[in-house]
Amino acid sequence: MNFDYTDEQKSLKDEARRFLAAVSPLTAVRAVLEEPGIGHDPALWKRICEQGWCGAAIPEGYGGLGMGYVDLCALAEELGRSLAPVPFASTIYQFAEALVIAGNEEQKQRLLPLVSAGEIIGTLAASEGPGVLRSDALKVRYVDGKLSGTKVPVIDGLAANWAIVLAASDEGSVLVLVDLSQGSVQREVVATLDPTRGAARIHFDGAAGEVIGQAGQGAQLLARVQDHAAVLLAFEQVGGADRCLEMARDYALERYAFGRQIGSYQAIKHKLADMFIANEVGRANAYYGAWALSTQAPELPLAAAAARVAASAAYWQASKENIQTHGGIGFTWEADCHLFYRRARHLGLVVGAPRDWKRRLATRIEQQVAAEGIAA
Amino acid sequence: MNFDDNPEEAAYRAEVRAWIEGNAPDLSVLTAEERRTWHPAHKEAARQWQVVKADAGYACISWPREWGGSGGTNIQEAIFNQEEARAGVQFTYFMTGLHFLLPALLEHNQDELTLSLIPSAVRGDKIWCQLFSEPSSGSDSAGARCAAVRDGDDWVINGQKVWNSGAQASDYGLLLTRTNPDVPKHKGLTVFWVDMTTPGLEVRPIKMMSGDAELNEVFLTDVRIPDCQRVGEIDGGWAVVISTLMNERAALGSGTGLSWRDVMALARQTPSWEGTVMDDPAFREWFADYYIRTEAVRLTSFRTLSSLSRGEAPGPESSAGKLLWSNSTQDMSSQAVDLLDMSGLLVDAEDAAANGAFQHRFLWAPGLRLGGGTDEILKNVIAERVLGLPGDVRLDKGVPFREIPSGR
Ligand SMILES: Cc1cc2nc3c(=O)[nH]c(=O)nc-3n(C[C@H](O)[C@H](O)[C@H](O)COP(=O)(O)OP(=O)(O)OC[C@H]3O[C@@H](n4cnc5c(N)ncnc54)[C@H](O)[C@@H]3O)c2cc1C
Repeated sequence: MNFDYTDEQKSLKDEARRFLAAVSPLTAVRAVLEEPGIGHDPALWKRICEQGWCGAAIPEGYGGLGMGYVDLCALAEELGRSLAPVPFASTIYQFAEALVIAGNEEQKQRLLPLVSAGEIIGTLAASEGPGVLRSDALKVRYVDGKLSGTKVPVIDGLAANWAIVLAASDEGSVLVLVDLSQGSVQREVVATLDPTRGAARIHFDGAAGEVIGQAGQGAQLLARVQDHAAVLLAFEQVGGADRCLEMARDYALERYAFGRQIGSYQAIKHKLADMFIANEVGRANAYYGAWALSTQAPELPLAAAAARVAASAAYWQASKENIQTHGGIGFTWEADCHLFYRRARHLGLVVGAPRDWKRRLATRIEQQVAAEGIAA
Repeated sequence: MNFDDNPEEAAYRAEVRAWIEGNAPDLSVLTAEERRTWHPAHKEAARQWQVVKADAGYACISWPREWGGSGGTNIQEAIFNQEEARAGVQFTYFMTGLHFLLPALLEHNQDELTLSLIPSAVRGDKIWCQLFSEPSSGSDSAGARCAAVRDGDDWVINGQKVWNSGAQASDYGLLLTRTNPDVPKHKGLTVFWVDMTTPGLEVRPIKMMSGDAELNEVFLTDVRIPDCQRVGEIDGGWAVVISTLMNERAALGSGTGLSWRDVMALARQTPSWEGTVMDDPAFREWFADYYIRTEAVRLTSFRTLSSLSRGEAPGPESSAGKLLWSNSTQDMSSQAVDLLDMSGLLVDAEDAAANGAFQHRFLWAPGLRLGGGTDEILKNVIAERVLGLPGDVRLDKGVPFREIPSGR
């Protein structure tokens, strides 16, 4: 058992941190905040693609580097820390993982090399409106090879070339692969809590699409894709939460009130210690998720849900208490604190809100306990 | 103890409810955008409503007649406020002036000049702002550096203020200055009121994380203020500050903004695994917890009211109300955004549930935990002033102001 990154993974991570510090400083994130446009930084995305990160976990047979999921987790942690405004999560954690999990050989051969090479941006479109996603009440329909209906919000929906769409069909729910460049696809920007990550409303008006995986299994397949994404997103969340804690600590050291460093007050010390503890809860569960993902362990559904719940809570706490530690400055547009507050909520919602994942987690714990009972 | 109206109160409530129904502005003619605080259309609606109220004697119900009030009771004023809230016509523009600053100003100055400032504020024609915080002294208001130096009958002011709510649209400010840096910090402060158009005074709006720009920096360069605009004693400004801060915490502690009814409406219209979010047992548990906290804020403000009506000043216990309100508001906005799931990310009025009001609250909530006293400061107030625990070891006590360590 080794519950840590290997030395090679550590140096990959260090290198990624240095690279991102150079190419994706918070000023670059802020530039997208001020001018959201398509909601990412295309030049930065190109540089990240050139690093080969897109193919990190994609098998070599499909043009990837086949390094494995733990390496991808290490990169995710650094991407989260830097707030890099790029469509990495949509393309890699969701679109590519959906292909890996559900695509047939021909689909994988056709698209995964393009993903690995950074030549396409992909996304996953599930949400249709307010409230938890219910696969038994989908309004987007797939009939005779054509998709109709509206998905919103679709993260990176404007920048993406391809989408995998959850739809209802006569056989039940289905994942549908759609080329977004067709005329029967209309897209418009929607503003979100995190303008540094683009989102769109997509109307499908009889758009041609092909089934990914088995028709009728869409919801189950989506849940598996979301488990993979949840682990990877948890690393972005932990990376962001760590950065918030560092910002808060640095400020607590330099800011004075009543003639003392604010970090000398127990109220602030305990606040930062609580953030640290929450981050460790997030990290411990994320690492376990990384192990389960990289080994495709039977515990993956449980570990993924635990990682998502823990990392979402950690990032929320760290991002709001970082603002609190900064006082009035922390509440300004000018200060960077809110970039993290926004991203924390974005990441906390992209594959479903924590309330949904808490339910999944409790159910999966029960299932695992039941399985242990049978084994014993 | 009785939370019900007594017969006179009930009669008063019926009277003001009918009056509000007959006279309140119709905000439904405004777009969602225009209905946001500080939108010119919204501000104008608020001003007109203030005039209507002033003409009918409902603008400052509990103020004495000499101040331009109606000489009514605090209970009557509270009843009116509740009915205003019920009718959805409560505005915050005049709160700083009418609830925090002017009562403190009038407590210390009752000369003719001061009294002449009142009618325009009561009618909403003039807006007041609080000029206390500075870059190096927010929580520590007594650490103000903005210097006031006597010059004949005038004072010459140089320095900078920050986080001043509404200063961009204000006509007058209550300004905290340092008049003596050689004595311990609380003993060398003096307060003035200032016309915001005085030469040398420059207001620069600060964009907040919510995207709104209702906080400001205020720069003062050789601003001349006559001594007749001094509030209270020379070097006696701390007493004025304390009066306003207590008023502020009591007012904020009475809670404003989205209520549990709005949350309930959102939950009822949002689908869940079965039925709506309102049917989800986990949500119901959270909602029950939220309800008791926000109701506590409201009910505690009644208790504060009872002590006010006995002629007592709002005490340190009102800090609890402000803490509860700001923290439960942040929690509520977070819950509301989450229960919408991915759609909770949407912010535009056309796209978002409830016109984006919960998302806007979500982005505002961090400020609520800072303005009017931070969480940490208010907890210290409760621990030390209510519970009698010993204070922190102070490095700034008894030390001349200029010798206090200040970092950055
Ligand atoms: C929305 C909003 C509206 C405002 N409106 C006004 C206004 O109209 N007029 C005005 O003058 N000011 C206003 N303020 C300023 C506000 O009062 C200050 O921002 C606040 O008091 C904090 O001061 P600061 O920003 O300097 O933070 P600091 O005082 O530097 O505090 C930084 C952190 O240290 C903590 N801290 C400080 N001292 C202690 C201690 N002794 N023990 C434990 N922790 C401590 C704080 O709680 C905070 O977490 C407003 C602020 C906001 C956010």
